[in-house]
Amino acid sequence: MKLRSRLPGTEKLKREKIYVIFLFLGLVLVAFVFITLGNMLYRQTEDFPALIDAATNLVVLKAIGISISMAMASTLIAFFFGVPLAYFLARKDFPGKSIIEGIVDIPLMIPHVIAGIALYGVFMRYGVIGAPLKRLGIVITDAYLGIVIAMLFMCLPYLIDTARAGFKEVDPRLENVARSLGASHWRTFREITFPLAFPSILSGAILSWGRAISEFSAVLILAYHPISAPILIYEKFTSFGLAASRPISVLLISICLVIFILLRMLQKGRK
Amino acid sequence: MIEVRNLSKDWKKFSLKDINIEIKKNEYFVVLGPTGAGKTLLLEIIAGFYFPDRGEVRIAGQEVTNLPPEKRRIGFIYQDYSLFPHFSVEENIEFGLKLRKSASPDTNRKKLKEIMDWLGIAHLAHRYPATLSGGEQQKVAIARAIAIKPSILLLDEPLAALDLRTKDYLREELKRVKEELGITMVHVTHDQTEAMVLADRIAVMMKGRIMQVGTPYEIFNKPQDEEIADFVGVENILSGVVRNNENGVAEIEVDFCRNIFAVSDYRAGAVKLFVRPEDIILSESQGESSAKNVMKGRIEALDDIGPLTRVKIDNSLVALITKQSRESMGLQKGEEVYATFKATSVHVVR
Repeated sequence: MKLRSRLPGTEKLKREKIYVIFLFLGLVLVAFVFITLGNMLYRQTEDFPALIDAATNLVVLKAIGISISMAMASTLIAFFFGVPLAYFLARKDFPGKSIIEGIVDIPLMIPHVIAGIALYGVFMRYGVIGAPLKRLGIVITDAYLGIVIAMLFMCLPYLIDTARAGFKEVDPRLENVARSLGASHWRTFREITFPLAFPSILSGAILSWGRAISEFSAVLILAYHPISAPILIYEKFTSFGLAASRPISVLLISICLVIFILLRMLQKGRK
Repeated sequence: MIEVRNLSKDWKKFSLKDINIEIKKNEYFVVLGPTGAGKTLLLEIIAGFYFPDRGEVRIAGQEVTNLPPEKRRIGFIYQDYSLFPHFSVEENIEFGLKLRKSASPDTNRKKLKEIMDWLGIAHLAHRYPATLSGGEQQKVAIARAIAIKPSILLLDEPLAALDLRTKDYLREELKRVKEELGITMVHVTHDQTEAMVLADRIAVMMKGRIMQVGTPYEIFNKPQDEEIADFVGVENILSGVVRNNENGVAEIEVDFCRNIFAVSDYRAGAVKLFVRPEDIILSESQGESSAKNVMKGRIEALDDIGPLTRVKIDNSLVALITKQSRESMGLQKGEEVYATFKATSVHVVR
């Protein structure tokens, strides 16, 4: 036996070689994210008063509030229309299904600026949808509704795709059995399918919500005002530089992280 | 009780072709067939999970072809038990009970307890399906299905994923369900033993068609054609020509050995002969047997299968004997033996 193989753990490492290599490759990305965000948070601790200023500034708080609440609104809309679609796509095969799936995923592919321009074309005062809404007294551009619509467009694939995968994992035979026991299709969905797919749907909702908060370009074009957090941060950055924009950024991601962690815990708790 | 008429359906890679069966009340009916024959699809159509392309399903004289499953009151049990993973055992069994508006919570509790006691699963009440063994899960699935007092219970390979002992035990439980509760059972399986032990009648299904319906004896001893014979374990399938027939005993010429005698009406022409391997007796000397057919041959192979030994003889016969008789005769490969079988053991078809 060679000497080096007697070293404790060497044999095990050899057996798991592929995992070791893959782990090191993957760690490059983990470090990339960690260093970027960690650096920002760390730098901010050197300028703590600026963070306090941001956290007590009404304009900043309002912008963050808008981002979080509008993101929630768009996620709820995506949920209301997207969960039924996800269930349908998970259960039914039909010609042209991949076309619908493709359309749902378009927002993942196209540059957000382009999405913003497209949305503006439709929802502006003279747009296909904007014009009739205007006649009803509803204005989308530069309004809360505009923020929600821009966010909705960008976040809906996340919710639909994740929910569809969740529904797919629920064995249709469970639904069959529930119905043989006397439950209607609605009741089966409510008591069996939806609860079993819920962890995935919640994951999708969290992803969708996070995506909506971070939406910048599409919101910028459709509704620069009322000013939401990413736009405020960008404005500060272009006008006053890094030192002015960083505290708001740190504040926003801290709040988001706390909500994100709480939701994750809720999800784990349910499992 | 259940009538399926001219039913056809194409679904994914399965298709059912012109199925006609009639299942009697309180009958234990087994649909036997190889994997991919469309057995499960047939069961799911009877339950109402899928609708046929053509044909109809009648239950207790009423047409139910387009009735949704929740209106049919048919219990359904799948091979993988399909328990609701987010419900405890108790909640699983209660699911169907709660859906019936007439019953009060008190009577439901009583029924629940009764059923759990009857199947011996009361101690599992608060456990979740993921923590149960396969046998326990299947008992819960049975409890859940019979809780709604169905008149029909459909079982899709209910024992296929269980170990032998549990299988034997649950087989008895299924018999008990049929006998004590008077439920009509339709059981789908590819397992011949299961079919033989449980069935009042068997339908053999292959490639989407019902090939033969009959009692276990008829199916296993008098298969209608070569394909069925082969599937139900008739290992001796021979071709021959009827040369003579005296008083219902045909003398049939086969190419590899002396003529075979069989009880048959056929007077002339080419036929197929089926002899089950367990109907062939082996002996070391010709002896004094009343059996009409005696053939000498050399042992080509001896394979142990469970408590039995499969003996292949060079005259192309296969015999199934107990391990005990193999040992007492001291059978060895290459040895010469006499294979004997009765004229009544030979099933002749055109």
